[in-house]
Amino acid sequence: MGLLFSFFAVIALIVIVFIGVNGANLHYLFGVIIPYAAFLTFIVGVIYRILQWGKVPVPFRIPTTAGQEKSFPWIKANSIDNPSTGLGVVVRMAMEVLLFRSLFRNTRAELRDGPKLSYASSKWLWLGALAFHYTFLIVLIRHMRLFFEPVPGVIKIVESLDGFFQVGAPIVYITDLVFLGAVTFLFLRRVVIPQVRYISLAADYFPLFLIGGIGITGVLMRYFLKTDVVGIKELTMGWVTFNPVVPGGINIIFYIHLFLVASLLVYFPMSKLMHMAGVFLSPTRNLANNNRAEMHVNPWNYPVKVHTYQEYEDDFRDKMKAVGLPVEKE
Amino acid sequence: MANPKPEELAKIDYQPPKTGWMDTPAVLKPGIFLHGSKAKSLETVGFPNPRTWSVKDEDWKLPPNWQEIFIEGLRERVSKYRSFRLFFDICVRCGACADKCHFYIGGGDPKNMPVLRAELLRSIYRKYCTTSGKLMGKVAGARDLTTDVLKEIWYYAYQCTECRRCSLFCPYGIDTAEITILARELLNLLGLNIEWIAGPVANCWKAGNHLGLQPHTIKDSFDMFCDDLETITGIRVNPSFNRKGAEILVVVPSGDFFADPGTFTTMGELLLFHELGLDYTWSTFASEGGNFGFFTSNEMAKRLHSKIYEEAKRLKVKWIIGGECGHMWRVWHQYHNTWFGTIDFLEEPVSPITGTKFEHAKSNKTVHICEFTADLIYHGKLKLDKSRNDNLIVTYHDSCNTSRGMGFFEEPRYIINNVCKNFYEMPHQTIREQTFCCGSGSGLNASENMESRLRGGLPRANAVKHVAQKYGVNMLACICAIDRAALTTSVDYWVPGTRVTGVHELVGNALVMKGEKKRTTNLRGDPLPGMEGE
Repeated sequence: MGLLFSFFAVIALIVIVFIGVNGANLHYLFGVIIPYAAFLTFIVGVIYRILQWGKVPVPFRIPTTAGQEKSFPWIKANSIDNPSTGLGVVVRMAMEVLLFRSLFRNTRAELRDGPKLSYASSKWLWLGALAFHYTFLIVLIRHMRLFFEPVPGVIKIVESLDGFFQVGAPIVYITDLVFLGAVTFLFLRRVVIPQVRYISLAADYFPLFLIGGIGITGVLMRYFLKTDVVGIKELTMGWVTFNPVVPGGINIIFYIHLFLVASLLVYFPMSKLMHMAGVFLSPTRNLANNNRAEMHVNPWNYPVKVHTYQEYEDDFRDKMKAVGLPVEKE
Repeated sequence: MANPKPEELAKIDYQPPKTGWMDTPAVLKPGIFLHGSKAKSLETVGFPNPRTWSVKDEDWKLPPNWQEIFIEGLRERVSKYRSFRLFFDICVRCGACADKCHFYIGGGDPKNMPVLRAELLRSIYRKYCTTSGKLMGKVAGARDLTTDVLKEIWYYAYQCTECRRCSLFCPYGIDTAEITILARELLNLLGLNIEWIAGPVANCWKAGNHLGLQPHTIKDSFDMFCDDLETITGIRVNPSFNRKGAEILVVVPSGDFFADPGTFTTMGELLLFHELGLDYTWSTFASEGGNFGFFTSNEMAKRLHSKIYEEAKRLKVKWIIGGECGHMWRVWHQYHNTWFGTIDFLEEPVSPITGTKFEHAKSNKTVHICEFTADLIYHGKLKLDKSRNDNLIVTYHDSCNTSRGMGFFEEPRYIINNVCKNFYEMPHQTIREQTFCCGSGSGLNASENMESRLRGGLPRANAVKHVAQKYGVNMLACICAIDRAALTTSVDYWVPGTRVTGVHELVGNALVMKGEKKRTTNLRGDPLPGMEGE
């Protein structure tokens, strides 16, 4: 159900562009107002969500420790997977965010007759996720050329590296292929692996279809359908100079691409995609394991009812005295 | 109810049902769930809705406004725990956690995949705490809180041992333990505890320990230990109790006072402290290092734990040694001083034997007994005869709590390697931070849920079986009281012929004491190697 719902939701978004741009000629709405609104929603939404999380306290210091803790000088501590200092935490977080350290640990359990359980290393999800996120990032960086005139050298370097093999005209970007491949992989594993299919919700399929749609329209635009690159740059430079104009003659495929991106930006802050920001706040990863060395304060700590020693002794005084245990009150 | 044969129980179907999980009502199966809490246990600690009820009954006798209580409780907790809120919001359901859970591996119930166990409650959060869930319902992964849904949450909250193995593999560190802990808190607002937890909590409140051992009973147990030790070593050990002015307060899990093989661990500790001439005392009041309150609510955990420091203050000791126990050390390490506040009435722990400052414990002033002993061995303060453990071929089980809530791996291994000749590790995906739960942690070590325990125990037991077949391992060492009880049952079933020991039992065996007689048996009365005929 989630799969079909999400698929048709993305189709519906595309239909809206056809009706709006080709049917109703709402070029300014789709070319200027919606992109501005979407970008604003994204920024405000993401900040709002982070602030919302940030104002919730962290009552306890609960890192998941993944290596030897710091104890004696003669025992080697794992200062990254079980950091005891702020610096260690920074390195641990960097490994998590940049290299997906935890996902790298992934194993696949297998049960054979016997019974015999085995755990094989399983890096496919790690590889797919890494490919997806990094190619997405590079594609994003390449798109920055639309917002600068002249185009900064660093973007040109990224472009030339990305087109390293100099195949096709226009030159094929490696990231375009890898990106579409990674999205397809992430989608297929959701459909093919029974357990993953079982846990998948519309909220899992929808962003995949949306991002896949963005990728496909982008590739169509670059390699197959004629689009007015000069006109698009005029439009995008208009946004950043706050002097938006909508040049005529831009292919509908561009408006579809743009509207799907706008949809992603709006959807982002209210969805699981917020894991991008959330991972930085995760208390099992971003805290040092120095609990016994430094006191962690719970801001809402409150006194509780306890059973005191005096009450205990009152209950058991005679029995204690009978076996010679010392008591406070004779 | 007899359990099926191991080969029957190990036929596991991992194929999820055809119907979606929201449309597949939970069937509460005997052998999996535990008995509901008794009224008396809840009354003792003043918990809500004490009553007589049975899990098997249709009517769980909930308060009339139970939905309101649950949802208000949920809203309160997502505003007090960033972990809880964040873990609800950012899961992408990648499924990396699915086959990391011992209950899922051993049982195949899809709702035991950590991601789905969390979704059971996450769907309620979406419905009542998010706009999209309110507006879009099922499409947004939200659902109504009905009595069936509540029962489902209950059923699976008591099929998670809070071992955190899933959280190790999660790319965002989502910790199902955190979700289970708070789910159980919410259930406790409605009086939905299990008796195996509620009973020990009530006992601990009144008598100071889970088993409800009264002061004279504890004293009696120790007298018996001392008699046995005298028979074995020829030395009379004289421990003190509730003694003011001792340098160190020793607190261990009460299981070690009462049930084999934990008792042998206590005996090992008694020998060690005697040999060192340590100025220490036991307490009959602070007679429980463990904390089943932690499996109830954070408040209950705090209510039970405060006696440790209160007793240390009353007895005017300088610092505290804690025994071999898993969740006890999760609590002592990660929660202790946060709950209690500044511990300024104790001193920074220093070993009186070696002079080592335990700098990593300088704030909360509690030292793990394995740290204490490892330091002694490192400084050559103990005379050890490894050969007394030569009849044992040992492997070591890392407890979930000390592993993933502390990072305590090397000290126990260092000790074992110094007191045993034959030590072999289990496969690396099953030890250290990747260790598997015994299957019975977090208060689930009852008898009525035996099928669940054996299923959950399969991954650990299977790794033991591997080294038993490969190296002839016959002894599973561990540093947890629940392990000592639960693994005994689990390996009896899956790997018959293997036994379970605490690390300090091995220390007690190997310890060469001043003035001892020639030992012929080890602490559990088995003949020492070469003494079989005597």
